[in-house]
Amino acid sequence: MATVTKPTIQDRGYAHPEVLVSTDWVAEHLEDPNVRIIESNEDPLLYPSGHIPGAVEVDWVRDLNDPLVRDYLDKERFEELMSSIGVTPEMTVVFYGDKNNWWATYAFWVFQLFGHENAKIMDGGRLKWELEGRPMTREIPKYPRTQYKAKDRDDSRIRAFRDQVLAHVEAHKPLIDVRSPEEYRGERLHMPDYPNEGALRGGHIPGAANVPWSRAINPEDGTFKTAEELREIYEKEAGVKPDDDIIVYCRIGERSSHTWFVLTYLLGYPHVRNYDGSWTEWGNLVGVPIEKP
Amino acid sequence: MSQPIPPKLAELLDEFADITDRYERYEILTEFADAFRPVPEHIARPPYPQDHLVPYCESQMYFWARPDGDHAFKFYFASENAQSISARAMAAILDETCSGAPAWQVVHIPDDLPQRLFGKDLAMGRTLGLVSLVGMVKNVARTHVKTCPQCQAQAERGE
Repeated sequence: MATVTKPTIQDRGYAHPEVLVSTDWVAEHLEDPNVRIIESNEDPLLYPSGHIPGAVEVDWVRDLNDPLVRDYLDKERFEELMSSIGVTPEMTVVFYGDKNNWWATYAFWVFQLFGHENAKIMDGGRLKWELEGRPMTREIPKYPRTQYKAKDRDDSRIRAFRDQVLAHVEAHKPLIDVRSPEEYRGERLHMPDYPNEGALRGGHIPGAANVPWSRAINPEDGTFKTAEELREIYEKEAGVKPDDDIIVYCRIGERSSHTWFVLTYLLGYPHVRNYDGSWTEWGNLVGVPIEKP
Repeated sequence: MSQPIPPKLAELLDEFADITDRYERYEILTEFADAFRPVPEHIARPPYPQDHLVPYCESQMYFWARPDGDHAFKFYFASENAQSISARAMAAILDETCSGAPAWQVVHIPDDLPQRLFGKDLAMGRTLGLVSLVGMVKNVARTHVKTCPQCQAQAERGE
């Protein structure tokens, strides 16, 4: 365990601290019938190998994506998913997962397309829970099925599509490319250690600043940096302003959902959208400009 | 007719072919991950040399092969990533079912082995990383078979 005392979530200066919960909070709410804990990972074997007692799994490939159209699940499938894990619209869902909550924030973002606002992220994710030696189980919980009624999916507020991105570029509005510097410079077409997923060209969307997503995280325990540290990165270094109309992107919109979460909730920026088409679309799109050094 | 693969792997694939519940599938894979043992120290110790790093494996898995009999190999893996559970399961399966098997059988391991074991819900990135692990094992066998007339004869006979 870390020996340095870190500021609590409430003391970090976030615009919306209520969207984060600590591992202590989760430990105290394991039996809370109004709380559903959801693990979302990139590695499909992590959850079955051990998870927070009572936590259900939402898998980004199987549960959140449409298998035939490159899109997220529709309202009916979202209602089915929520009903199957025993969630009601009033219930608070708490996401956590591997890789610094990368996939947890992705699931959180998809849930926001359907307006499930009672949603939180466990600060530090799976890493912090494990580092603290907290209980894990392999038991898969079963909850009584609910009849979840979802709001209509609203892509307009937090999701950006390619034509909107093109207009954004032409209007010289800010974009943040959250991929690795090598991907941003076009020296590689995929993230380090990951295979190439098929973009034809390397580079970035014209005008985008490069802020790798994981800079928002304290690597030793996966917790988020303080608002002051985050402002230093995004405002001073990358030059974005809180009231800007900002589009974030990465490779398929997963890493950038993490940055979307940071900018929207921790810094309180009101106009941030995630371009989930990201580089796997833009880097293959006929007729759009790219930029590279 | 498909070429023979190592019998232990064929048995495991038969077992997986009948599984419809993903958690049953994951339970078996998790048991393999639990059984994973890293490369023994007399072969390598951390920090592991970069030239043994498996390309495209996001879990930073390392790979070694040592002869085990005239036409077989013992396969070793290691990972410095504590959360690399899928990669550890895949590595443990390759060691358990393919170490000691004749090279002319190992070359016929199906390229879609990760999907057959993990199911169709694997993300593309994850799939290709696991395929890369399989590729490392097959490459060792392929290189051996190329220089071994006896292995080529065995392969032709389909034994």
